[in-house]
Amino acid sequence: MITKRIIPCLDVRDGRVVKGVNFQGLKDVSSPVELAGFYSDCGADELVFYDITASAEGRKLFTDILIETARQVFIPLTVGGGINTTADFERVLSCGADKVSVNSGAIRNPGLIEEAAKLYGDQCVVLSVDAKRVDGSFHVFAKGGREDTGMDALEWIRRGVSMGAGEIVLNSIDTDGVKGGFDLEMLKAVTEIVKVPVIASGGAGCIEDFVRLFKALPKVDAGLAASIFHFGEVSIRELKQELKANGIPVREV
Amino acid sequence: MIAIVDYGVGNLFSLKSSFEAIGEKAVVTDDKDVIMEADQVLLPGVGAFADAAKKLHESGMDKTVIEAAERGKPLLGICLGMQLLFDRSFEYGEHRGLGLISGDIIPISDVIDPDLKIPHMGWNELRFTGNDCPLFKYIKEGDCVYFVHSYFASGCEKDTVAVAGYSADLTAAVRKGNVYGCQFHPEKSGKTGLNILRAFCELKEEKC
Repeated sequence: MITKRIIPCLDVRDGRVVKGVNFQGLKDVSSPVELAGFYSDCGADELVFYDITASAEGRKLFTDILIETARQVFIPLTVGGGINTTADFERVLSCGADKVSVNSGAIRNPGLIEEAAKLYGDQCVVLSVDAKRVDGSFHVFAKGGREDTGMDALEWIRRGVSMGAGEIVLNSIDTDGVKGGFDLEMLKAVTEIVKVPVIASGGAGCIEDFVRLFKALPKVDAGLAASIFHFGEVSIRELKQELKANGIPVREV
Repeated sequence: MIAIVDYGVGNLFSLKSSFEAIGEKAVVTDDKDVIMEADQVLLPGVGAFADAAKKLHESGMDKTVIEAAERGKPLLGICLGMQLLFDRSFEYGEHRGLGLISGDIIPISDVIDPDLKIPHMGWNELRFTGNDCPLFKYIKEGDCVYFVHSYFASGCEKDTVAVAGYSADLTAAVRKGNVYGCQFHPEKSGKTGLNILRAFCELKEEKC
């Protein structure tokens, strides 16, 4: 049986991890390469690098650290942030990324999903969606969750999958940052309409939140989080032990 | 030295890096002499079978790979590279493979529970069949490896050395003499994957 995946997400600006991290035993806590190696050793099943750089120079630094990470870390790497064209796909794939996550770029140009899926295969194209409740339905938000596009999130996800998105990252703006648990209602709605893997994002505050997620929604494939891993509030090793104790299949390291 | 066969498909960055990480020298090459000189030969592959088979043929690498295998060189096909070792694939039509291992490549959807997702993607446990395979000397049954595929090798039970359960048993690794194949990606399977590659690098040419 396929195991449930635990995925730490690293925000990277100008080649450095943005959110401060406090781990013992790490010399340079803002080095994505070191942090990636640390997470890989702890049992992370995949890593997401999110490039929040605005400048061309910062982008170059990002691809440098991507190459460096891919040289040392042998688990799947997903890259997101600033992906607007298939040339952006090419750039990060040639640096060692296995999957590429699109968000605003696909909202502006939905054809990007189809084009990239044809070139690199569905499994390579991850559609990341920031969604929030508006007047009783889920709306897609763009620009890092700041702008309501007015699009229905379920419709957008269905369309994205039909165009070739091989995986969905669903980030609930309603639960993000609150640490009160994943948005089970929104996730359930999405798992009911698509057959591709769904990654839950936004809201995890403790180990129990992951246990609840996978128990309540067996169709969710993975849980993604950032700060709770970076600040050591949740250790991936302990999280996996607890999931296993609850009968949820995980990869042990 | 390991020769990674270059026939114009896929990104070989991770594969090359993983050999570096275990202290082995690997070259990406389409030079027949280099391949014939190598201690081990690796056949990579991603994408669609027909396209890869065509490129393998057009580059002339099909004959080189077969010759290396017939000479007794350890040959490892990874993912689509493993599928290419077989007789035929039924991915979008019917296509011929290298015929080094008997069996057909068929859709996963033919055998699995229709509620399960395709591709079979993610970390799954290896279950050994009991057929001997030196690639597994540094790992144990139940270790997880990373899969991404929608087709699998069928009708090759006698050469199957490991399977992964996905409502049905999917062929995960095969071995026929000096010819090996992994459906999963050892270069993306953490320490377990590196240990499989390490075992591969220790294999010696079998004099035929």
